[in-house]
Amino acid sequence: MSSSTGASLSDELPDPDGRPPLRGDDANTGRAGDKVFGGLAIGSGIVVIAMVVLIAIFLLFQAIPAIGDDKVNFLTSREWNVSGRRFGILQMLWTTVVTSVVALIIAVPFAVAIALFLTHYAPRWLAGPAATVIDLLAAVPSIVYGLWGVIIVAPKSEGLQNWLSDVLGWFPLFAKVPSVGGGTTMFLVSIVLAIMVLPIVTALTREVFSQAPAAHQEAALALGATKWEMIRTAVLPFGKPGIISASMLGLGRALGETVAVLYILSALPDSSKWTWSLFNGGDTFAAKIANSASEFTGGTSTGAYIAAGLVLFILTFVVNAVARVVIERRKAFSE
Amino acid sequence: MKITRIGRASSVAVVAALALAACGSSSNNDSSSSAPAGGSGSGAAAGTATASGAGDCFSGSLNAAGSTAQQNAITQAISSYQSKCNGAKVSYNGTGSGAGITSFIAKQVDFAGSDSALSPDKGEPAKAKAACGSDALNLPMVTGPIAVAFNVKGVDKLNLTPDLIAKIFSGKITKWNDPEIAAANKGAKLPDTNISVFFRSDESGTTDNFTNYMNKTAPKIWTDEKSKKWTGKVGQGKSKTAGVATAVKATDGGIGYIEWGYAVQNKLNFASVNGVELTGASAGKAVEAAQVVGTGKDLSLKLDYTTKEPGAYPIILVTYEIVCSKYADATKGKNVKSFLSYMASPDFQKTLEGVGAAPLPAEIQSKVVDSINSIS
Repeated sequence: MSSSTGASLSDELPDPDGRPPLRGDDANTGRAGDKVFGGLAIGSGIVVIAMVVLIAIFLLFQAIPAIGDDKVNFLTSREWNVSGRRFGILQMLWTTVVTSVVALIIAVPFAVAIALFLTHYAPRWLAGPAATVIDLLAAVPSIVYGLWGVIIVAPKSEGLQNWLSDVLGWFPLFAKVPSVGGGTTMFLVSIVLAIMVLPIVTALTREVFSQAPAAHQEAALALGATKWEMIRTAVLPFGKPGIISASMLGLGRALGETVAVLYILSALPDSSKWTWSLFNGGDTFAAKIANSASEFTGGTSTGAYIAAGLVLFILTFVVNAVARVVIERRKAFSE
Repeated sequence: MKITRIGRASSVAVVAALALAACGSSSNNDSSSSAPAGGSGSGAAAGTATASGAGDCFSGSLNAAGSTAQQNAITQAISSYQSKCNGAKVSYNGTGSGAGITSFIAKQVDFAGSDSALSPDKGEPAKAKAACGSDALNLPMVTGPIAVAFNVKGVDKLNLTPDLIAKIFSGKITKWNDPEIAAANKGAKLPDTNISVFFRSDESGTTDNFTNYMNKTAPKIWTDEKSKKWTGKVGQGKSKTAGVATAVKATDGGIGYIEWGYAVQNKLNFASVNGVELTGASAGKAVEAAQVVGTGKDLSLKLDYTTKEPGAYPIILVTYEIVCSKYADATKGKNVKSFLSYMASPDFQKTLEGVGAAPLPAEIQSKVVDSINSIS
């Protein structure tokens, strides 16, 4: 690998065509290439890190004075009245986290099943096109999901949602919220987000499953395992860290989703009652910021939104860091 | 992955489209330079309804940004102005009033559209003055009536009083067949549907004017001061006018306040207020009742929501164009003058009803023309 002169034993032997062996220096691709490529790679890496750091600094500098001006507790208040300098993120934090987590709870089992189908069950002629179709889901712009969700799915899902809250209403997550109608609830947002993260989670888990060592799988089958037992003992344990890291990346996507949430979810009036229910409306960080961006006029009011953005930044950062750690740990499994 | 290939193809398409667009606009400019340039727009007697610059064209470009409430109207003005003057390029970016004023102060745009006049509380007139090097003027240009749109099965016509509006939007009346609503609508068959209130979840001038209206006409019921952000205790928030319109349309028993144009576009029914139906003329009457509070050439209006003027539809929103009284670049001033003169001309104002805006009443219109003529 490190022999930049390109000299090796095979160079000393004649070609099969009978031409004289290559001389070491002729095979050298030159050191300039190494330098340029190395420089570009390092430069790109530094630029990315610098960008993230600069974004963090920007957010901090804009957010800190605004938080200082805040008359209520920034983390525990549910009010959001920037012109009155009373703003807290609790409601947004709850909405953001809950919709994303529920989306994952729906999407991950689906994605794992689809990935297993593609790698182990589907005939070869079907696996390729099916994978492409699922990847295409990721190429659908989120505004399309948003419009589809609000115009088509929301009215149709209202009946299902009412039924769920009638049957499971005793459980706080499914309690009835009479003030939010038309199906435009966190529940629907979770379903739409699940569809949006599905292709990401599927693509990553598919890659991992297809790398499951053939030797393990064959050994399981040779020991008399059925196909499901083989998958359970040889494929899933191997893929588990991959599933987790794929879920974390999906979670990052769901947390930051803006337009689809903005279109679907009903915002709540201030001083609405707190409820744990999924059938409530609300605002996620990203949707709230996007919704108000046109009226930013600088100063505390803008700073408040940027502070909310900072919380989202930290949240996604933590999620991605966890994903990184899991991916690192996966190395232990690979050989 | 296939996505990469699709991405590559689409990026090629985007580049190609940009390249074509660039070609398109540059060829426009080429043809425009040969078009006759507009004359200087001065000289017409002030106070007449025809603007001095109305017949003139300029060649070059003009950038503006701001309120979305007047976007339909100004888009219409731009397209008819440009078809008349093919050397002129005017662009308007509906970024919202706040963002429009911010860009105006930062000298990024030549004039701003806003649904409220520059606010002294925020120090905006002073900042704008510093940016212009002269006083900035608020010129009322487009009247946007606010429709109270509703969707109740079997009900096409609905009459509301200011008290009823405030009670419905504050959640004090929750059923469509409430006796108070029935009393205002004799003979109408009102169903036993729940009222679903929809409001704007983003900060907006529409909310500002609507809450102001309720606070001024029914102060005991709607106690909150006007606010760009919805301060009500009930309802579901939807993003932008389009979101509210969609929600009202989709919900039986829904009611919301939206700009008239959107109500018409979405074929929504909208309520009369005190028996006065919303039309261009009835909204215009409410503008006539407004009082000019701006000094000099500045024409900030103070709307009179409690107007007793017969036949006036009182829930209106007036959008302003915010301009410098004297532009540092004289050509810019001439261009702004030429375009706004066209927009204020009676010929154009009378077409506004088609996009859901009301024409300015003659008295205000002539004052606006007068102010535009003073721009240099």
